[in-house]
Amino acid sequence: MKLNEEYKELAWQGLWKNNPGLVQLLGLCPLLAVTSTVANALGLGLATLLVLVCSNATVSAIRQWVPKEIRIPIFVLIIAAFVTCVQLLMNAYTYGIYQSLGIFLPLIVTNCAIIGRAEAYASKNPIKQASFDGLMMGIGFAAVLVVLGAMREVLGQGTLFDGAHLLLGEWAKTLRIEVLTLDSQFLLAILPPGAFIAMGLLIAVKNAIDDRAAKHQPQVEEQSIERVRVNFES
Amino acid sequence: MRIAIEKNAKILALFAIACTAVVGLTYELTKGRIKQQEQQELLSTLHAIVPDDAHDNDMSAHCISVNDPLLGANEEQIAYLATKNEQPIAAAITTIAPDGYNGKIHLIVAVNVDGSISGVRTLKHKETPGLGDKIELRKSDWIKDFSGKTLEQLLSNRWAVKKDGGMFDQFTGATITPRAVVKAVKNTAAYFNKHKTTLFEQTNICGADE
Repeated sequence: MKLNEEYKELAWQGLWKNNPGLVQLLGLCPLLAVTSTVANALGLGLATLLVLVCSNATVSAIRQWVPKEIRIPIFVLIIAAFVTCVQLLMNAYTYGIYQSLGIFLPLIVTNCAIIGRAEAYASKNPIKQASFDGLMMGIGFAAVLVVLGAMREVLGQGTLFDGAHLLLGEWAKTLRIEVLTLDSQFLLAILPPGAFIAMGLLIAVKNAIDDRAAKHQPQVEEQSIERVRVNFES
Repeated sequence: MRIAIEKNAKILALFAIACTAVVGLTYELTKGRIKQQEQQELLSTLHAIVPDDAHDNDMSAHCISVNDPLLGANEEQIAYLATKNEQPIAAAITTIAPDGYNGKIHLIVAVNVDGSISGVRTLKHKETPGLGDKIELRKSDWIKDFSGKTLEQLLSNRWAVKKDGGMFDQFTGATITPRAVVKAVKNTAAYFNKHKTTLFEQTNICGADE
């Protein structure tokens, strides 16, 4: 029963309350750079998710053997190893996406969300919970990427899922939807400033929803929960 | 103190070895597949710019290294040679347009022995998304305009973008990019026409797989 509660809390934290993209604002560099289409966003989201789950599980599994003083270099080693593996695998099996993600795939190593979760949660908790935490944080991050990618792709190119076959195989060519027919592309949405604006809007929407929810049930007192917020000097 | 340092160093070394082993193993497992993917990409590009029935050799296995200021930069480029019954047909040369809006544009230009253009593709570029990236086949058919252009057209002063009085469309809001590509194609063709007799006699550096 208590365990169930914990899983629920982890899911709530990862997907909404402490979302790495919208609340912790970690890993903004890839988040803003590659979300010009849904396919790219999904590719980077899945890669990050995979690295996050693997690194959380490994960090948790070895937590008894790692002395406190050298934990950070070891975490970095583990994360870098997993990122390199994911990079090689994507190069081998999803060549098109590998090419369009470019430098941002190896840059997952520097995504603070990953080392943040390793330090703040995985290094103190059992493997199962740590993996689940990685999964939820990863899904939360990937969801923000995909929503941002969808906003920018619709506004910028008037399509959805353009190039999804590079990631998912030939059948995904049918997923491509022409939402709007644009004579010329809306440049602002495709270029980096559009990413910042869209990101700002998303955060605003999330805060508005939270405010509304708070107004509707003012009588419920805030539960005292363990903060898993990351305080990293990076 | 010393013992603690030694112990930590040992643990760190163990982890470094373990992580390297995992990466090495993954590399070994994916190596063949990655090479195959790159080869396939190259083959489909070559196939698109030099028609299959024009030649009877394996272009991806017959290439030479070339280096000339006409190819944009002082860098080694590769020319894939197409022959039929041992007779030269065309060469697909990787080249660089050094004056793109955002740095170098990497192209591959296929030129027939009669001096006409067989086809052009963009390999790599950093042009502005939505404006200059129409040189990619994924975004626009513009790059196909080069296919079939003759030597006379190449040498005429209409080998330029429309804004400069030429025959190639520029893009709304982007003239520099197409201008750079048009110029690079012309230079590459000029290089080929100047050296075509010697190109086909150089030693093959691609060869069969080891």
